[in-house]
Amino acid sequence: MIEVRFHGRGGQGAVTSCELMAQAAIAEGRYAQAFPSFGPERRGAPLQAYLRISDDPIRLREKIYHPNVVVVLDPALLASGAVKDGLKEDGVLVANSSKTVAEVRGQCGYSGRTAVVDAAVIAQQELGVPITNTTMLGALLKAVELVELDSLKAPLDARFGRLAEKNLAALQRAYAETEIEE
Amino acid sequence: MAKRVGLEVSLACSEAVKLANVDVIAAYPITPQTHIVEHLSELVADGHLDAEFVPVESEHSAMSACVGSSAAGARTFTSSSAQGLALMHEILFIAPALRLPIVMAVANRSLSGPISIWNDHSDIMAERDIGWIQTFAENGQEVMDLTLHAFKVAEDHRVTLPMIVNLDGFILTHVIEPIEMPSQEEVDAYLPPFEPQQKLDIANPISMGLVGVPEVYTEARKAMLDALEKSYPVIKEHWDGFAQQFGRQYNPIETHHVDDADTVLVTMGSLGETAMTAVDEMRAAGRKVGQVRIRLWRPFPSGDFLDAISGAKTLVVMDRALSPGADSGPVATEIKSLIYATGGGPYVADFVAGLSGRDVTREDFKQMVDKAEAAAAAGDPMTFEMWGVKE
Repeated sequence: MIEVRFHGRGGQGAVTSCELMAQAAIAEGRYAQAFPSFGPERRGAPLQAYLRISDDPIRLREKIYHPNVVVVLDPALLASGAVKDGLKEDGVLVANSSKTVAEVRGQCGYSGRTAVVDAAVIAQQELGVPITNTTMLGALLKAVELVELDSLKAPLDARFGRLAEKNLAALQRAYAETEIEE
Repeated sequence: MAKRVGLEVSLACSEAVKLANVDVIAAYPITPQTHIVEHLSELVADGHLDAEFVPVESEHSAMSACVGSSAAGARTFTSSSAQGLALMHEILFIAPALRLPIVMAVANRSLSGPISIWNDHSDIMAERDIGWIQTFAENGQEVMDLTLHAFKVAEDHRVTLPMIVNLDGFILTHVIEPIEMPSQEEVDAYLPPFEPQQKLDIANPISMGLVGVPEVYTEARKAMLDALEKSYPVIKEHWDGFAQQFGRQYNPIETHHVDDADTVLVTMGSLGETAMTAVDEMRAAGRKVGQVRIRLWRPFPSGDFLDAISGAKTLVVMDRALSPGADSGPVATEIKSLIYATGGGPYVADFVAGLSGRDVTREDFKQMVDKAEAAAAAGDPMTFEMWGVKE
């Protein structure tokens, strides 16, 4: 089982990211669970969203305290320290930032595998809005092959309709531009 | 086996209601409502479900409209939660008294105050004695399956009572997970169209909801009680039928590793899954721990429960609601009362945990088992503990 924790702010689409990934994994015949940190959704407030993917049925309803992967949608959250809480040493940090991998590591104090992409710029150029959730899925998939890219297409279509193509383009560009250091 | 789809659990409930081809949905569409009726209103508006969606101005009106539509012979569904369920309170007693097979999904959430939107069982425990059949789901698949089962049981002429499917708010309602969706043909084979035993019909007028003067009130309540007690074998029969049709077997009391267990965790609702994983981990560490999950809450399956715990020395009962001023939470009170009648039985440790959505982890369950076993060994008084209170 792989556990992923997303850090974002209300309105940035962290919950949607988890849902799309879970739907893709389930479509592949695997088991998955996506859930928010259950609060009144307040735009701009820091929040977490959770994703579990497994080859076996998942019998757990607790939050994720020791994730294998952390995804940070908002660069301003990197310095808070909370992002690396419980993140396994052999895990992966996937961050949206205009800074270098070394700088991101310095900001959040994580020394393990780190993937960085300037998702805000990509989202602005590809989607016309600085909402980075689908863009960051490209970085996540490059860092960890959680699902096949093809499996995400149907969930993207269902969620975004005519905007699905642009979201997919942003995701694929992020996949290409993500820098990873071990 | 049907393909699994990734679906929010609330929507799995809505899809079950659609597959049940309901005639009327009456619901208050604003907080504390869930996506269950939001999605149903979309299905009706988009023409996917041929039903009347009645968006009323309060939950009191929602249940009143359900009573009316069910009395007129319509297959009727509603859903609510927390303060909304509380606002239905006085009408909830009417439905079983009139023998109306309304089905309701309750997304279990805390009652304010302090103001809370999160999960626990305080809303439904305040409605324990309304006379409805009540089941608890542990995951999304069960929400779908128990919803279909609820229509089948409620409308059975041997039962004809309203039925609630409880699902934990947020912890189930807002989770995306794999759901096996049955086909319309399979559901139609399991659930025939609603044939009311009697209904309000201007061609054949009857009266419903008459005054129960002291000379008949007790007998009317006794008749309702008998109907609730007699529903038990029908509930089981339709779970067996469900297993034949859909391949998934449900029971009033579910057990996990109880046969040689010294200590048994007792859960109801979504805590069951995390607890099961905790039990597996304790078993792997050589602990003789088992688990009992209460799926049918009303009528309480007393015999099944006592059978399931017959070998246990210590019970660790999880309550997700307080009964202020009582010696235990509502579930442990029930269990202690049952065990008292046997003249022996295990030590009962009761933990009120997970209030207002506070996380209950595998580690919590392990610590509760340790604490319960120590209390049993020391012969401590059997009261309850509010778990994890910050000092």
